[in-house]
Amino acid sequence: MPADREPVLAVTGLSKRFGGLQAVRGVTFDLGPGEVLGLIGPNGAGKTTAFNLISGFLVPDAGDIRLDGHRLVGKKPHEVCRLGLGRTFQIVRPFPRMSVLDNVKIGALGRLPAIGAARERARAIVVEVGLETKMHAPAGGLTLAERKRLELARALATGPRLLLLDEVMAGLNPTETAAIVDLIRAINRSGVAILLIEHNMRAVMSLSHRIVALSFGEKIAEGPPAEVASHPKVVEAYLGEAYVHAPPA
Amino acid sequence: MSRRAQGVAGAAVLALLVLLPLFLGSYAITLFIFIFFYAFLGQAWNVVGGYAGQLSAGHAAFVGVGAYTSAVLSMQVGLTPWVGMFVGGAVSAALGAVIGYLGFRFGLRGFYFVLLTVAFAEICRVVALNTDAVGGALGLYITFTGNPRQFQFQDNRAYYYVALAMMLLATGVAAWIERHRFGAYLAAIRDDEAASEALGVDAFKYKMLAMTISSFLTGLGGTFYAFYLFSLQPNAVFGIPLSVEIIIRPIVGGAGTLLGPILGSFILSPLAELSRAYLQGSGWSGAHLILYGVLLVAVVLFLPQGAYPYLARRLGWTDHAR
Repeated sequence: MPADREPVLAVTGLSKRFGGLQAVRGVTFDLGPGEVLGLIGPNGAGKTTAFNLISGFLVPDAGDIRLDGHRLVGKKPHEVCRLGLGRTFQIVRPFPRMSVLDNVKIGALGRLPAIGAARERARAIVVEVGLETKMHAPAGGLTLAERKRLELARALATGPRLLLLDEVMAGLNPTETAAIVDLIRAINRSGVAILLIEHNMRAVMSLSHRIVALSFGEKIAEGPPAEVASHPKVVEAYLGEAYVHAPPA
Repeated sequence: MSRRAQGVAGAAVLALLVLLPLFLGSYAITLFIFIFFYAFLGQAWNVVGGYAGQLSAGHAAFVGVGAYTSAVLSMQVGLTPWVGMFVGGAVSAALGAVIGYLGFRFGLRGFYFVLLTVAFAEICRVVALNTDAVGGALGLYITFTGNPRQFQFQDNRAYYYVALAMMLLATGVAAWIERHRFGAYLAAIRDDEAASEALGVDAFKYKMLAMTISSFLTGLGGTFYAFYLFSLQPNAVFGIPLSVEIIIRPIVGGAGTLLGPILGSFILSPLAELSRAYLQGSGWSGAHLILYGVLLVAVVLFLPQGAYPYLARRLGWTDHAR
């Protein structure tokens, strides 16, 4: 990220404790305009908690979060959304009784209060994510791959500067994954910065400009994908200490 | 059915309902008054219970507050119920806002919200029962004057038209909501509140709005109740049975649909009235409640979305003008 540009997202000293568990501890990172940042780490590393803190679903114990300079701490999810942050959920949550188009329309209504205008915008986005054949189908009947696309489309319809994508590839087959990688790349090219939680390493390596690795709530590495992937602490977090010190096979 | 055809059909039904009293006997008119009045209450409830999916089971509280407000204002200060009606609606809306705030701000969902609303209706009932200024357990009796200024009419048909107008008013409000962002947001909140908030929906604000509008409309109904029956007792206007009467029609007809509460009332009100008239006469008082129970079980089992969506599908109507 060029240093002269203001970051889209700046997270400083973010911490959150659940009872005896320190889920996120003093995490600091930022994200430049148009950047794709991958957030990786083993299960329980605090990635989804970090997402929930940034998007306003949880209130941090300490730390600062800024979106385009606006302080997000203490803001409710709908306010965070209005400021330009769209998110998806790890477990997809479509409005099951609504059609695909109506689902996406809900996202569009924030910036386009008139139903007709919101519907037109939603229609364009449904086409953009490749769900046009399911436009009027109830969302409850979609396949998982389609639901992931719908989740993406809805977040996109809110007109975000930054998208938080929580495991949008989990459960997809290789063909579906490749298609959604292309889609995310296209969204990014249109000028939307992306923060990505992903377990699919091949996808996260190819999509991300930079990667932040978390383990037990702490940031253990940050940098270009290849560098982070071979970082000893990252290898240790994923594969255990013994592996790091083991002689090469 | 096209939108145009729907409009024509709607206008025809409306013309029929306007002309109907010319051909009906007094008992049939009374029956229609009940149908319209309960359709009105059901539609008012539908705003928060159907569209927003927040199950209030204490809507009798708003009928009672609206009824007592306009009755007391009429008897003590001589305020015409035509104005008192809106004062009652406003007081009910204020109560609805308090209940809504407690429920929505503190995250009482599902059963807990049901219990909160029932509790408030019961509190109102007990307060009215023990307040001598509003007649305590005996309640209030309104002297019949037959003066239209006092919301009283010699001719039953006048009540028919007032009840019809109220049903159309509430339905107009619901139709407006359905066709605007407000309605789309309520549907999103009903389906998945967290997801709706992630998409920029201020769920608290819209639930509060729905609750306030719903309780305001229901409060208007209180005045009709008081000045049509000339009397109000705490157990009748604040009681759980009235809350059940309000809820059951939209649920049977189709909660969250525009015509559900009306269809529900056309099914249930005559059934309730006839079973009351005939079964009570032969010593089976309360038997209509058993009928309600059976019908409710049947609807939950076979038509979980209610009768209207089923009917619309069977007739090939498109319910989605959106």
